[in-house]
Amino acid sequence: MSHLTDFQIFLILSILKIAVVLVITLTAVAYTVLLERKLLGRMQNRWGPSRVGPFGLLQPLADGIKLFLKEDLMPMASERPLFILAPIIALSCALISVAVVPFGAVTRIAGVDMFDISDINIGLLVILGITSIGVYGIALSGWSSNNKFALLGSLRATSQVISYELALGLSLVGVVLRAGSLRLRDIVDSQAGHGLFSWNLIGGGQIIAFFIYLMAAYAETNRAPFDLPEAESELVAGYHTEYSSMKFAMFFMAEYANMITVACVATLLFLGGASSPFGNLLPTPTSPIIAAILPIFWFVLKVFSFLCLYIWVRATVPRFRYDQLMSFGWKFLLPVAILNIIATSLVLALRG
Amino acid sequence: MQLALFIIFGLLAVAGAINFLLQRHPINSALSLIVVMMSLAVLYWSLGAEFLAAAQVIVYSGAVMVLFVFVVMLLNAGEEERTHGSRAAYFAGIPGATAIFCLLSFVFLTNGKAFGSTDLINHLTHTTNNIAEISQVLFRDLLLPFEVTSVLILVAILGAVVLARKEQ
Amino acid sequence: MAPIAAPDQINPGIEDVLADAERHHHGSDPIADQTMVINMGPQHPSTHGVLRLVLEIDGETVVSMAPDIGYLHTGIEKTCEAKFYQQVVPLTDRIDYLSPMTNNTAYALAVEKLLDLEIPEKAQWLRVLFNELMRLNSHLVWLGTHAMDIGALTVFLYCFREREQLLRIFEAVSGQRMMTSYIRIGGVSMEPPLGLFDDIRAFLLDFPSKIDEYESLLQNNPIWINRLKDVGHISREDAIALGVTGPVLRAAGVDFDLRRDMPYSSYEKFQFKVPVSTDSDVWARYILRMEEMRESVKICLQALDGMPEGRIVADAPKIILPDREQMKTQMESLIHHFKIVTEGFAVPAGEATSSVEAAHGMMNYYVVSDGTSKPYRVHMRNADYANLQALETMCKGRLLADVVAVIGSLDIVLGAIDR
Repeated sequence: MSHLTDFQIFLILSILKIAVVLVITLTAVAYTVLLERKLLGRMQNRWGPSRVGPFGLLQPLADGIKLFLKEDLMPMASERPLFILAPIIALSCALISVAVVPFGAVTRIAGVDMFDISDINIGLLVILGITSIGVYGIALSGWSSNNKFALLGSLRATSQVISYELALGLSLVGVVLRAGSLRLRDIVDSQAGHGLFSWNLIGGGQIIAFFIYLMAAYAETNRAPFDLPEAESELVAGYHTEYSSMKFAMFFMAEYANMITVACVATLLFLGGASSPFGNLLPTPTSPIIAAILPIFWFVLKVFSFLCLYIWVRATVPRFRYDQLMSFGWKFLLPVAILNIIATSLVLALRG
Repeated sequence: MQLALFIIFGLLAVAGAINFLLQRHPINSALSLIVVMMSLAVLYWSLGAEFLAAAQVIVYSGAVMVLFVFVVMLLNAGEEERTHGSRAAYFAGIPGATAIFCLLSFVFLTNGKAFGSTDLINHLTHTTNNIAEISQVLFRDLLLPFEVTSVLILVAILGAVVLARKEQ
Repeated sequence: MAPIAAPDQINPGIEDVLADAERHHHGSDPIADQTMVINMGPQHPSTHGVLRLVLEIDGETVVSMAPDIGYLHTGIEKTCEAKFYQQVVPLTDRIDYLSPMTNNTAYALAVEKLLDLEIPEKAQWLRVLFNELMRLNSHLVWLGTHAMDIGALTVFLYCFREREQLLRIFEAVSGQRMMTSYIRIGGVSMEPPLGLFDDIRAFLLDFPSKIDEYESLLQNNPIWINRLKDVGHISREDAIALGVTGPVLRAAGVDFDLRRDMPYSSYEKFQFKVPVSTDSDVWARYILRMEEMRESVKICLQALDGMPEGRIVADAPKIILPDREQMKTQMESLIHHFKIVTEGFAVPAGEATSSVEAAHGMMNYYVVSDGTSKPYRVHMRNADYANLQALETMCKGRLLADVVAVIGSLDIVLGAIDR
């Protein structure tokens, strides 16, 4: 490797990282679907997928093949370019945000941090920005389908996502204030001191912010109880009513990729990221491989539990009505989020 | 690298802007405008103003333009009819635009030094804190104008609500 | 995405519905008012079968609506005229397919009135028992689908878990899970198998705790409360004028239950409460049906406790098929069997109606006989049809999501509407 320049090494390793993370994320998306179906099944007195492979583990593969082989319908009255563009926007925005997530401890190989595609000093804002671009996928899909249900669904989705983005962003301000940085690594480091007790969720006093984030995140990802845009009992399937085959699959994957992103952000911001929940109680691993893998294990575990929470909520609660959703977001979450910011900054100011 | 980014996204911004003018369907124009906004964000970033870039994306592309698209969708605006425009625009517009373009280029090229320069190296290596600087300016040095602006926006919002409210 | 300017070519018949909506309902014009006409159904996840609703919406608010029915029309009423009286029973199963035995009962009561048959007490009590189990069955499906429409997925499967037990009971007693045809003219089709009453009792004793379980998932959930309260209001007068019956009417403050007010099949011997509410919203209907389920359990237990001994069919050899054993040993029985199966039995000319309180409301059967062995006319009047008429009154000016909640609360079965 010595004949390569630093930049070339950086480039090669970056492409490698991107490829690996992309593959892992897409696999994770597929298996999140399976996880949801299994878990939901168990909560509802049924088995969930159990026929394809052991414990239904090959179900995502079968689903993928099925979706690939389906006929790709193109509605006659649709706005063709936008109709095709919309799922691409949705999926790519959902996947890009993973790029700034640090999912392990800093581990450098040839000067390149291996467990973080890019360590940006405004990582959090990048995630928020990309999420806000993802709205176009939904908005355009509904409009370009030229279907009334799709239009209604996308109107609902767009207004919901814009409204809850405010509460979401404001709920994160407390965390940012505590960390004094928008860089995700800094935010994680600010909670790494004493394991569980220095997490923003517990020790950091950001528990209110966490719940605001939780609700806003459910709304952002259009999941129950905020799944109005695709409320099958009202709008058939919402904005992706007209989509079939891989274009539908892209929306589907985008939804689950968004769930994973949201879970990652929650982990980073409130649950101490890749740090151990036991702080210094566990002995520092001596082997460098374990030292590299253990944080990833914690990270994945936290993301996994957050996803399970997501699914649990879906199995439990009914759906909001549109006006109730709006008043909940604007009249409850937003003021509480602002109060939380004021309280947090007062505490920080008084402590010096 | 920076030059490459500048050329790519600068061209993209210009192309988007031209497309914005030429497209006949309002939603396509709105989308071109988003491309312009995003390219500008990248340009900001390459100049070391990453916070500004993020704000540009979140506020302009993520919120303002979504509302534009929203309105276009709701109003169901169809394709615009092509008009010949007013004759005055042809006679006065083209020479006027050329004149302004020349004037601006002249000013920028001759007085380039007077605009000062940014501390690009420190910004790109993150040694100076961009956000801290912006907040210093916004919330300490220019607090009063900042608050006055927000009141102004509030007034505008209230005005919009009053105008849009249905008569009971 | 224009509001419909020209008649939609993909939906033949929409012109009529649109014109009708314009003439009768509000006189608004979709184009001038910037409203949108959407077509809910007939293949829509929450219209409970094949109901089609043409909704005119302004944003999310419903301006007007017109239900369009007939997608499940099977011509059962007409078919009845070509069948012997006893052959009509399986057809009635398919009317309100969530409570087949209630249909059977209503039909049997009407024909028995024409025949002037005396039904033995045990048969009557069995009818009460299974009618109430049918009410549980129907209400369970209602609760599950209603909750699923509102978005609570899990309740649906919990309800179907209990419904499965009920279906097993029906299968044990009649050999069929859904199309039971258990209740026949003159009684019931056969003796319940040994041990079935114990199974039913075990189920009934366990069932109230299951109701508590559903309530724990729904009743205190603020989202559920917000979705249901003050939605789908209908005034007492409107409800009566529209001919609404059943839980929907009782939720509107009218204390009317045929089981108590016009007892049939010895309902007068049972003690039960008729829950009534005056709120007349979806929430009131929900609470009311939950209460009804608890009351039904009590009625069933009373029926099991006091089940009389005796015959299960009337003593009318020319009308009721004889025992298998008698048929094979006695000449007379064999002849009767042969006659009933091949040429039916003649019913004295005349007309009769019967009214029973089905799970969805008042169920009437009107049977006209011309003295032959086939009915001249059988007309079924189900609550669902009348209740559906109240939909527009309940939904006008509300949000799209409320329509779904209201449809759920009306608890309609399209089989009973289209016949």
